[in-house]
Amino acid sequence: MKDIEKYKSSEKFVLVTLRMLIGWHILYEGFAKLLIPNWTSASFLKESQWILKGFSEWIISSPGVLNAVDFLNTWGLILIGLGLILGLFTRIASISGAILLFVYYLNNPPLIGLEYSVPAEGSYLVVSKTLIESMALVVLAVFPSGYFAGLDILVEKYLNRNK
Amino acid sequence: MATTDNSQSRKVMTQEPLKRRTLLKALIGIPVLGVFAFELIKKYTYDQEKKSRLIKELGLENLPVPTILKSNKGSKSDLIRVGIIGYGSRAASHANGLGFIHPATVEASAKNDGLKDWFAQEDLNVAITGICDVFDLHAEKGLATARNTVRAGGAEPSTLPVKRYRTYEEMLNDKEIDAVMIATPDHHHAPISIAAAQAGKHIYCEKAPVHTEDQIMPLYETIKNSKITYQLGHQITQSPIFQQAKDIIKRDILGKITLVETTTNRNSADGAWIRHLDSNGNPKPGDEKTIDWAQWLGHAPKVPFSIDRFYNWTKFFDYDIGLLGQLFTHEYDAVNQLLNIGIPKSVVSSGGIYYWKDNRDMADTLHCVFEYPDRDLTLLYSAMLANSRSRGRFFMGHDGSMDLGGSINISVDASSTKYKKQIEAGIIDPSGPMVSFNPNSGKVDAVSSATEKYYAARGLTTTSINGIQVDITYLHIKEWIDCIRSGKTPSANIEMAFQEAVTCIMAHKSYVEKRRVEWDPVNRKIV
Repeated sequence: MKDIEKYKSSEKFVLVTLRMLIGWHILYEGFAKLLIPNWTSASFLKESQWILKGFSEWIISSPGVLNAVDFLNTWGLILIGLGLILGLFTRIASISGAILLFVYYLNNPPLIGLEYSVPAEGSYLVVSKTLIESMALVVLAVFPSGYFAGLDILVEKYLNRNK
Repeated sequence: MATTDNSQSRKVMTQEPLKRRTLLKALIGIPVLGVFAFELIKKYTYDQEKKSRLIKELGLENLPVPTILKSNKGSKSDLIRVGIIGYGSRAASHANGLGFIHPATVEASAKNDGLKDWFAQEDLNVAITGICDVFDLHAEKGLATARNTVRAGGAEPSTLPVKRYRTYEEMLNDKEIDAVMIATPDHHHAPISIAAAQAGKHIYCEKAPVHTEDQIMPLYETIKNSKITYQLGHQITQSPIFQQAKDIIKRDILGKITLVETTTNRNSADGAWIRHLDSNGNPKPGDEKTIDWAQWLGHAPKVPFSIDRFYNWTKFFDYDIGLLGQLFTHEYDAVNQLLNIGIPKSVVSSGGIYYWKDNRDMADTLHCVFEYPDRDLTLLYSAMLANSRSRGRFFMGHDGSMDLGGSINISVDASSTKYKKQIEAGIIDPSGPMVSFNPNSGKVDAVSSATEKYYAARGLTTTSINGIQVDITYLHIKEWIDCIRSGKTPSANIEMAFQEAVTCIMAHKSYVEKRRVEWDPVNRKIV
């Protein structure tokens, strides 16, 4: 891994910009769910195909589990979004976001032969925007930018105080 | 590890005192978050304003939010003792509505918490004390349900004995029964209702109220001259969104309504009333030893025992009037509760047996046109048993239409006079459903995203009140029980039943006699 102190300023700029954009998107996705009265992931999970179909059906079948999933999803998105924008625990936020988006992708991957009753808002073959965003978060996890632009600077400083 | 150098250099960096420049770098996210918060508030305000403006433009503000009124259960001594006549699958739902359940259902639902909402059902202070069925197996199911100690709403198990009656006359003669629920095949509905009213028993009768024309007046007059509470089994109107629909009609949102389209769309053997086989394809139980066939037939023409007729009675005009009695009754009641249309001036029916070519009398494709010239209104019923494309239930006015199903969707007509200005100003978009009432959210919502529109149009919603899934049959039974105690008149009362009976028999007569049938309001006769 390249030493972060040796990044060119253009490299730092694109990494931080990408982090802000994805953070913004994920934070709004979280808030949107919070602001829609009685929002639930049930309709999304009902559409689940492929390998997570059984798991999604299990979630819907129990109101308690569904409520828990809805709560964790909404607040998970908000916390990941905040982490990315603020550059706080950037690596954890990036990895959690990548996993969450990958789970979304696995619920309705645009594979040949899988039909969904809700049309996608683009044209996809195997690769979707969700998958790309998930991969972009993996990039942000590998090149964490919070250490040179974000609250992680302060976290690092605090952790290394007594060393 | 490759990160050793990295963390050492970071260590060097972080051990230095915090420079002003570094602090700025640490806080880089704060202004971004500020802009985000600003945009979020702007967006939220914009959405709320747009929604309230649209709802206001349509005159939909302050729609009542559905609630369930608490029952006046009275004291313990006010317990109502109910007898069930005819204990098939429909009666099992009635028992559930009364707060009773079969032990096998409890066992089957234990794993997935499926009875949670049922347990939340309010106790109605009733007991099932009598079961009457001509088939031993069905009667035993009823007895086991009535005796089960598992009850809804935290009610205590009933301590009263549960009796099996061999005939309905025997049950009606028993002073220990206060009210009866009738869920027999349709040809018994009117005779049992008349006898029950004469015996002073309150009645909850499944639709259709009558089977033949000559039953209409005797039923009407007997019930009318009695003091009992009569409720016809039409649970749809108890759905909380019906109150909203009533309000939408009252506020004249749709303009002048000249056409109401109701439909039936089914495409399965079960949906076409072929029900003598179980899920494994084996014949269901029952033979002459366990079924009192003569009593089952009653006044119907004498025919040898037939398992086909016993389970699939809907197919035969000897026992009911097909689609009209089974499904149009619900459609008609829904429309009549909303618009008070009453009896039509004329009816023309047409159809045939085009797909289910078995021994049936009933049409599997049926269209009926009911004319209400005094109301400038046509009611259309189009039924189909060989295609399940959902065609909805539409109230069509000059300014808009309402699709009333599990949810309400209102679309404004592109050529509306009333909303002309708003359409031109872009406040109202007539190209899709504009306002939907979703019983899950309990409030009126402007439809925004494509996905939301899609789900709203598909009616992928369940009925709930205050977050609890509520069985609408329970609400209908609850209304009946509440009215027995208060002496008030329930929604599906004898006047509504009379209008429905006449309308359905007119349509059936038109189909059978292949002619236009009229109603003579002076002599109160079908001509």
